[in-house]
Amino acid sequence: MHELSICDAILGTTIQRADGRPVTQVTVRIGHLRQVVPDALLFGWEVLTESTDLKGCELLVEQVPATVRCEECQDETTLEMPILACGSCGSFDVELLSGEEFLIVSMQVSEA
Amino acid sequence: MGRIHLHADGTEYHHDHDHPHDRDHHHDVGDHSGYAETGTVRVDILESLLSENDRVAEVNRSALTQAGVRAVNLMSSPGAGKTTLLKRTLRQLGASMRIGILEGDIATSLDADELDGAGARAIALVNTSAGFGGECHLDAVMVRAGMSRIPLDDIELLIIENVGNLVCPAEFSVGEHARAMVYAVTEGEEKPLKYPVMFRAADVVVVNKIDLLPHLDFDLVMFLSNLKAVNPSARVIHASARTG
Repeated sequence: MHELSICDAILGTTIQRADGRPVTQVTVRIGHLRQVVPDALLFGWEVLTESTDLKGCELLVEQVPATVRCEECQDETTLEMPILACGSCGSFDVELLSGEEFLIVSMQVSEA
Repeated sequence: MGRIHLHADGTEYHHDHDHPHDRDHHHDVGDHSGYAETGTVRVDILESLLSENDRVAEVNRSALTQAGVRAVNLMSSPGAGKTTLLKRTLRQLGASMRIGILEGDIATSLDADELDGAGARAIALVNTSAGFGGECHLDAVMVRAGMSRIPLDDIELLIIENVGNLVCPAEFSVGEHARAMVYAVTEGEEKPLKYPVMFRAADVVVVNKIDLLPHLDFDLVMFLSNLKAVNPSARVIHASARTG
């Protein structure tokens, strides 16, 4: 629902880091536990960049599944639902390994 | 732990981590498709999407802490009873505690008006549609703007009433010391599973409108077990803001 503000944050960081260099691609990494809709993000990106120097710059969204390690049976499982429980034995005593990522990973800039 | 990228032209790039490690790091899923392109170079950023918000939130938090103010970010879906609970809290505690309210609303002053005269030392209204793009949540910058209209030295507790929404407010830290959410039993017992980010973000969950339980087929035990599944450490308070 706030994909536009997220795009705005990506845009701000990108412009600052690019320091005037043309950017062709930006990669972000978002975990499944974040409530971000990739399509909405891509649409927001297109709308926001339209009127900037970043027009045409591609946004790549890497999605990271949510995984947990069970403290009881030690299994590592991938969550199908956002419920923090072990996929093998059902225990709630789990450590979250991934799924909360919310990063601007990198950008691709043209060399001068 | 360093990170090495081998580019198509054979150039090796070493990246030493000069930023704090957090759980967001996941080095196995990097995108390397861009390396084959000629004339472009990959620049690593590895920065949180919310880093600017979080920076301002930290500024807010220090300002509050320095003034001796504890701040609570109060969140819920629309109609769960945040404003009624606040009004009741002000009536009950307003005489013994110096409370300030920062009221987040998309466009109206209805909630702020309702709280007027209930016992707060100061009420600041932040309309998220006024220059903030009609946002569905308060962010750190908006709260900072609202805080400037509250005499922090005159209060000891700041309650930040977020925009009614079960999704967005959870992602944005505003500089609070604790996060509380109001949840009405009329919302159904499955919501923790459907809105896990919000329920996981809460330190305290006020289960509101419990006076309505006899009229509903709401399964309180099921709700509490769903809540525990997404947030095992949340403190739960049962309340009826209307009847006490």
